[in-house]
Amino acid sequence: MPVIEARELTKTYGELRAVDAISFEVSPGESFGLLGPNGAGKSTTMRMIGGTSLRSSGRLLVNGLDPEVNGPEVRASLGVVPQQDNLDNELRTRDNLIMYGRYFGLPYRYLRPRADELLEFAQLTEKAGEKVDNLSGGMKRRLTIARALVNEPRILLLDEPTTGLDPQARHILWDRLFRLKEQGVTLIVTTHFMDEAEQLCDRLVVMDHGRIVAEGSPADLIRRFSTREVLEVRFGSDRNAALVDRLRAFADRIEPLPDRVLLYTDDGERALEAVRHAGLTPLTSLVRRSSLEDVFLRLTGRSLID
Amino acid sequence: MTDSRGPSLTPRQDSSLRGRGRPRGVPSELVDSNDLAYTGRAIGAGRQAALVRRWGWWYQAEWRLASMKAYWTTVVGYAGLTPLLYVVAMGVGLGTLVDGASGGIGGVPYLTFVAPGLLVSTVVMSAGNEFMWPVMDGFKWGKLYFARGTSPATPGQVAAGELVAVGIRMAAEATLFWLVLVLLGATDPAWSWLMIPIATLGGMALGAPIMAFSATREDEGFEFSMIQRFVLMPMFLFAGTFYPLETMPAYLQWIGWISPMWHGTQLSRAVSFGLPLGGAEVALHVGFLVALLAVGATLAVRSFRRRLTR
Repeated sequence: MPVIEARELTKTYGELRAVDAISFEVSPGESFGLLGPNGAGKSTTMRMIGGTSLRSSGRLLVNGLDPEVNGPEVRASLGVVPQQDNLDNELRTRDNLIMYGRYFGLPYRYLRPRADELLEFAQLTEKAGEKVDNLSGGMKRRLTIARALVNEPRILLLDEPTTGLDPQARHILWDRLFRLKEQGVTLIVTTHFMDEAEQLCDRLVVMDHGRIVAEGSPADLIRRFSTREVLEVRFGSDRNAALVDRLRAFADRIEPLPDRVLLYTDDGERALEAVRHAGLTPLTSLVRRSSLEDVFLRLTGRSLID
Repeated sequence: MTDSRGPSLTPRQDSSLRGRGRPRGVPSELVDSNDLAYTGRAIGAGRQAALVRRWGWWYQAEWRLASMKAYWTTVVGYAGLTPLLYVVAMGVGLGTLVDGASGGIGGVPYLTFVAPGLLVSTVVMSAGNEFMWPVMDGFKWGKLYFARGTSPATPGQVAAGELVAVGIRMAAEATLFWLVLVLLGATDPAWSWLMIPIATLGGMALGAPIMAFSATREDEGFEFSMIQRFVLMPMFLFAGTFYPLETMPAYLQWIGWISPMWHGTQLSRAVSFGLPLGGAEVALHVGFLVALLAVGATLAVRSFRRRLTR
């Protein structure tokens, strides 16, 4: 049985269809991603799963229960990491875990050792007595994830888990999430970072304007919607556009961006050689593997991050 | 576009990050990351939900009381010092003047007359404040209500817990105030302890509607200052705290009639020094406060539900 089942799930705010009849399923232990730019409807979808945003229409079941009917039961089985940290700045690091655990009806005799375990997991043991205000962004994020685990949930909802973190903090966080995945926790992640989606997700849906525009594993999506490799060439901002028509011959598909031109081809080096051979010498060039960013560009005609 | 050309560092390959963070002194066997997600020690989700369905309001109150610890010196200082200051100013200063000129009010010394009103209005004022900025903080600055929203608790329980916690604080404040009045001989302790529940009820009767209002505010505008200046202050000054409401011109007496402070003060005077009140009057005062609390609490639950399930 899927742990989450959404059918024609819709949320409207007045005229705006924030989530527009989306359907998806998540299996137990799966790591599922919602990839899309800001405003695509990812966070709203997450909040509907926890019953903290009421849906306008459609069907939604979490562990077979409707979050709007069985809100307490559904939320007791979830761990939620919201987009913005909402830790209690008045309380110390460890007390944040304990007081949050009280909200799940958990007794102190369970919560005290649990808090220590979670601090260890979040690499915050040395900060246990610190005021939350004094923690770095990455530490706060890890504390929020630790907090979400206090009730031993089987499903973890992570809304933009690493937005605003520096690269090192992101890698530490991914490592922690990966461990949870290894332990069988179902991860549901929203992100607008394609590298995060590639790192964490077994399967994902690409969302845009409240709709699902594609679904599959990262590798599968790349295979379906992009070529194996991408050649990026720069001729200078005034010449890029002028050369697009001539470059078209060297690739399966071409994507002119303001600062560079992307040539989609299965063999980037060969395409580059051919471009040079034709007498077009780019100022800089780069051959790389296709990524989800390319998939998104192909599907929506826009970048993930504007 | 995001730059993805750097060497890809997957979490699993990043061995330098693994195993870090175990502090000295914690034996590794105590921390087994393999069963961290479910140790099996926690009660199951069904049981958690059942407990929260029953006690969710109390968990919220527990947190709010715990966070009041941060400013408990203010709470105690306010409740303990205010009566001292008032009693000295009113009893010794103004009281001497009033008593010398007229022999007190309604047959009792001025200090005895004014003490119950001071207790009630102090408690009601602080209840009003507890339901303005802290509520804004819960929705906007600290967003802690949204953190509650992701727990099994329902929005209604969050609102109820806030009311209960502030009610407890009001009762504590009223108790402290009452003790000071007793020590100073400004009230007869035999029945006047009933001022504690009366003041608490008065505070909640004003606090609940303010809470309902605060929960609808997206931004801190000038509304809270306006409430302080044009609702709380007039109630304090014109609602019969310092003199009988009947001495006011008729066109100003309505301020007292709609003020929880006046209703609470009248009841408190009855239990403190025996201000004669008929059964109908008692019923009217209590009924007004209970009705205001009921309407306020209902609206507050509604605003919380709207805000937390948008």
